[in-house]
This record gives sequence, structure tokens and C-alpha cells, in this order.
Amino acid sequence: MVLRRTLAWSAALCGVLLSVVLVSAALGYAAIGPLDVAYVLLNGIRVPALGGSGVTWTRPFGFEVATTTGLIVTRIRLPRIALGAIVGFALALAGAVMQGFFRNPMADPSIIGVSSGAAVGAVAFIVLPLSVPFGRSAFAFVGALLAAFTVYLIATEGGRTPVATLLLAGVALQTFLGAAISFLLLHAGDDLETAVYWLMGHLHDSTWGRVRLALPVVLVFFVVLLAYARDLNVLLLGEEEAHTLGIDVERTKRVLLATSSVVTAAAVSVAGVIGFVGLIVPHAMRLVVGPDHRILLPTSALAGAVFLVATDTVARSGAAEVPVGIVTAALGAPFFLYLLRNREVHAL
Amino acid sequence: MIELDSVGVELGETPVLEDVSLDVPEGAFLALVGPNGAGKTTLLRTCNGIVSPTAGQVRVDGHDVTSSSPRDVGRLVATVPQTTRIAFEFDVADVVAMGRTPHRGRFETADDDDRTAVESALERTDTARFADRSIDELSGGERQRVVLARALAQETPVLLLDEPTASLDINHQVRTLALARELATAGRTVVAAIHDLDLAARFCDRIALLSDGSILADGPPEAVLTAERLESAFGVRTAVGTNPVTGTPAVTPLADEPPGGHRVHVLGRGTDAARTIGRLVERGVAVTVGVVPEGDAASVTARAVAREVVSAPPFEPVADDRAAAAADLVDRADAVVVAGPIEGPNERLARESARAFALHGASDPPEYADTVTDAELFEALGDASRAERTRPRVDDGGARSE
Repeated sequence: MVLRRTLAWSAALCGVLLSVVLVSAALGYAAIGPLDVAYVLLNGIRVPALGGSGVTWTRPFGFEVATTTGLIVTRIRLPRIALGAIVGFALALAGAVMQGFFRNPMADPSIIGVSSGAAVGAVAFIVLPLSVPFGRSAFAFVGALLAAFTVYLIATEGGRTPVATLLLAGVALQTFLGAAISFLLLHAGDDLETAVYWLMGHLHDSTWGRVRLALPVVLVFFVVLLAYARDLNVLLLGEEEAHTLGIDVERTKRVLLATSSVVTAAAVSVAGVIGFVGLIVPHAMRLVVGPDHRILLPTSALAGAVFLVATDTVARSGAAEVPVGIVTAALGAPFFLYLLRNREVHAL
Repeated sequence: MIELDSVGVELGETPVLEDVSLDVPEGAFLALVGPNGAGKTTLLRTCNGIVSPTAGQVRVDGHDVTSSSPRDVGRLVATVPQTTRIAFEFDVADVVAMGRTPHRGRFETADDDDRTAVESALERTDTARFADRSIDELSGGERQRVVLARALAQETPVLLLDEPTASLDINHQVRTLALARELATAGRTVVAAIHDLDLAARFCDRIALLSDGSILADGPPEAVLTAERLESAFGVRTAVGTNPVTGTPAVTPLADEPPGGHRVHVLGRGTDAARTIGRLVERGVAVTVGVVPEGDAASVTARAVAREVVSAPPFEPVADDRAAAAADLVDRADAVVVAGPIEGPNERLARESARAFALHGASDPPEYADTVTDAELFEALGDASRAERTRPRVDDGGARSE
């Protein structure tokens, strides 16, 4: 029953994602029709076939598309769309987990300091005279995990990690890291613009390389989180009751925290701090599909992908491109207020 | 099934349980009773492994609870907590299905066993008709039954209930405890913390009385529920009688006897005398009674609430020593109140007493007794404040009863 609902919702959201991708790839400075985009995508499909000399890859489709069109779609637009989808997927997934974990619909993926840690790492890399391939992402990733781990250590005493302590430790560390970021920005000099642009969260310099960095991490940990979806449901009853229902509460909390931190870190390290996706999307999906995490986690993740691809398309369609973080916040906040008001009306 | 071996628990620095030993056999239905803060909930929480004892050992079905995994304990012990707060809007059926958690592997989906367990749990707790509703829409009592259903779906040999009837209406109070009784008869071991002593005595086959973190008494309800024990545990005077319908002990808490209060001796028998005894005790007067025939209504009430009683075998002349004992009580009392039929030595004692009264509303008061209201009685005893407090109630009651 749950499985059938999950599959139906996921299939529908995949359909929506595909159409958003087609539209997004068609929009931009050079006018390209959605049909051409579809041709380019189909031309890219390779099918394995067993021949005399082992496995050979053949391309079943050979539609006529102008070379420049093909290049624009595959080299410029698709990497950005793919990265946007992955980042949206990751942030909404981690947001859904954190809201369940903290039993609070206002929690978001950066609540235990992951984003602040990533920001310190990335800004430090931008400001310091270093040159390593993917160095900025690596610094951000490590910074994010260090911050999460620090918060966890501060909040843990005698093998127990009370959720309220975790929340407060997260707030305290975020404030501290905020100071560190401000200090680094003061000494940024010529790099100030790059650093601030990164902090706003954008998908401007997306490459297939970044997609290859983030995708495996997000997918692997997505599967881990799915495996813990039922435990997350039981945790919503409260920790004592979860314990009496046979859940090893502290271990489960560790797994959930670590996994969602890695997923968030993967997203933030390639795209900067993009706010509101991880707060709004799970919240909205919970209103639609209900609180069961077995359905909520995959649908939130897919809806997050749809949301970020769509908002990034808006972000780059204006006269001057703006960081997508600004658009998600500008669209997200009013939508959130709308949900809040509507819920109150329902409650009355 | 559950064995506690000199268990001690400290929460923070405060000792909550001290040297508690308890052995609950399979198929027993044990009630934990005791005042607030006596350690009932903590005792339940050591049995399901939420609280680890600082001393002693807790074993369920031979397994040490502290060293077993939560999953193993979850297959042995199901718990219905005092209050449940569910953060998001799950359906009732989903919440009940969560009871199956310890029986399912991480990647297993619900099988027929799971579905049968959930359905029967919904049926037995009378919650099936709101299975599809959100848990948020239910009242506190309905939610408590859903949590009970979840514990039943867990299908464990041991069931722990913490105040299972606290927010239930009388119908579901009785249904819930009858269900627990039924489960115990079918071989499950049930331990319930219960505040209502009458319900505990009626449904449980054993009662453990907790006070200040240790077990004061443990045994069948009739043996445990005595006025002295209840007074030392709860610090309140009680009358322990017998419920006329179920024949099980019935406990009535009484108002405090004031320091330097008065002592009144009641002469008479039958329901009139019984009612007068109750009325005086309820007002905080120390009452002595006698001579009453054994088995008489007044005798039963007097045994439950009176300070001292002199009784004698019915239908035969009262022995001299009984009459003398009653005379001694009359001497020590501040006043004598006559109620109900009076004859033999009782009549003689009443006539000889300088301060014999009959309470307003008594049928057929003898001519030698002054008929007074409660307030006038207290005035006569020199207790002005009590007289003041009783007056409006008596006037009101008197007007209505006549």
C-alpha cells in the first residue's frame, strides 16, 4: 500500500521533473525549441549490444540537430540543470530528515551548522592563495562535516544526544562561524565578490565534473536514508516510545545526523548556501502526501529537484543573472507564509 | 516472567527506587499503587529498559533487560505510557502498525501476521472505527486507546500500562482493564500503575503498594488494601469496605481528623446508625461505636471507619464484659449520639449519659435525647468554627430530605 503510493507519486514527480528539464534547457540566450532539446537528449542515449567482439555501445537515435545547438545543450545548459536537480534533491531530502529528526516542521538541513561550516571552508579557500582542482568544493565539504561533527560532540554526553541540546549547540556554532566568515570577508580584498557570490548560493559555474562529484554521494546516502525511513516515523512518537518499540534510539540518531549532514554538505559544497529549499519543499510535500517518511523522503527529494531546476531557470532568465539562492528565498518565503496561513484556516 | 532483584534507581542524585524486589509470574495481572512520586512509573521504566538500575538486576523472561538490545526487549515488553504526543498527523492505523516495528527487518514490508495483529488490536481496543482518521483529530482518551492498540499489536508476552485509565470515560476504563484481565488470563503478564484503588482491587489479582521508592506491601488486594497501610503510604485516613456489586475491596478516603478534635460515641444499630457514623466521620469527628450486633450494617461501617468498635454476637443477650467495654467508650467520649433502634445495654448507657443527642432527621428519636442539627451538635461540643462550617449544609440538606 505504502510502496504503491510511493511509486505512483515518484513516477508522477519524475514526469514533472522531465518536463521542467526540457523547458529549462530550451530557455536561454540562444533560442532552442523543446523538440530540439528532446532530440539532443535522445541522441545522447547509448544502448549496449552483444556483438561478436563483446559488448558494443550503439546510439539508436540519430536526429538532425545543429552542432552548436547540441553543444549549447550538452555543455552549458544540461550540466547546470543536472547540478541544480541534484542540489535540490539533496537539500529537500536532508530537510525532510531534519524536520522529522527534530520533530519540528521549521527545521532545515543547515540547522546543525552544516552550511556555516561549508561557508567557512569555501570562503577560506577563496580568500587564501590556494590552487587545487575542486579545492573550493573540497574545503566546503570538509568544513561542513567538521561543523556538524563539532555540534554533535558538544551536544553528546554519556552516549546520549538530546535533540534540544543539539539544536542550541547548532545555533551557537552557527553564530561563531558567522563571525569567522565576516572576518575572512574583511580580508578578502579582490576576492570579496567571488566569496559573496558563493555565499548567496548559485549554479553559475556548473560543470559535469561537479555533477560527477555530487551525484554518487547523494544517491548512496539517499538509499541509506530510505532504509531508515520507518525508524524516523517511529522516532516521531518520542524517543522513549521509539525505544520501547525496539529502536536503538541513539544509534539511529547518529546514522540520521551523519547521513543527512553528508548529503547537505555534498549539495552546499558544489552550489553554495541555497536557502529555503530544504525548509519549504518537505513542508509542502508533507501537506500533500502525509507524514510517513517512506513516502515523504523520495517525494520531497524529487520535488526539491523540480523546485531548484525551475527557480534556477528563473534566476538565469532575467536581463542580468541573479544567484538562485535569492530567487528561492524570494519565492519560498511568501509561499511558506501562504502555507502557514492556510494551515491555520484548516485548523480552525 | 518479570523478576526484579533488589533494584535501586537514582535519577540525577535522587534515589527514586530503593531495594525493590518483585517477582511477577506468567499470567499475572499486577497493579502498582501508591502516592504521586512513589516510583511507579520509574519501576515500569526499569522493566522496559528505558531506565537502567543503579543497583540490582531486572530480568524479563530470563533475559537481563539492561544488557539486551532494544529490539529484543521490544519483542518481550510492550508499554503504554502515561501521555503520548505525536508530532505529525499520522493515521491511527499507521500508529498501530508501528507496534510491529520490533518484528520487522529493515527492508521487510508488512506480511499477513502484521496485518492480522494490527486488525485484531484495532478491534479489541474499540478503535477500528477511526482507523483512517488522523491521530491529531482524536480526543485524549481515544488517543490513549490507540496507544494501547499499538502495544497489543506488538504481541509481546509482557504488557506494561502506566495509568491506562487516567483519561478514559467509565465505560472504557472498565473495558480497558477487563481487556488487560483477559490478556492476563490468556497467559500474558500485565503490570499496570493505577491510581484508582477500587479498580485495581477489582481487576488485578495482585497489588504492590509503593511508597517512597520501596514496596510497602505486595499480595492479593484484600491483604494489601488495609486502612493502616493506606494511611502510612498516602497519609490520609481511609475506610476500606466492600464493594456491594463486585465484592472486592472499596476504598473511601476520609477528611483529616483535626488536632484536638472531638470524640463522639454512637449508640444504636441498623442503617440509621451506619449513616450517622459515616456522617460524623466525614465531618472529621473521631467516632466510637458499640455495642453493635456483629454483621449489622452499623457494625460493617464502624469496622471500616470508626476509631473503636465494641460488637457482640446477634440474637443473644449482650455479655457483661461487652457492655462494660461500651460504657468505657461512652465515658471517654465528649457526647453520645443515638441513632436507629436502641435497646438493652445501649438504652441504659444512653439514659445514663448527660449529653445524649439525636441528629436531626433520625427516625423515632427517644425522648431523653436532644434532637439537634449537626451545627448545634458541634456548638454543644464547644466547637464554634466547625459549627459555622456545618450550618449551611445541614439546613440545606434538612430542607431537602423532609
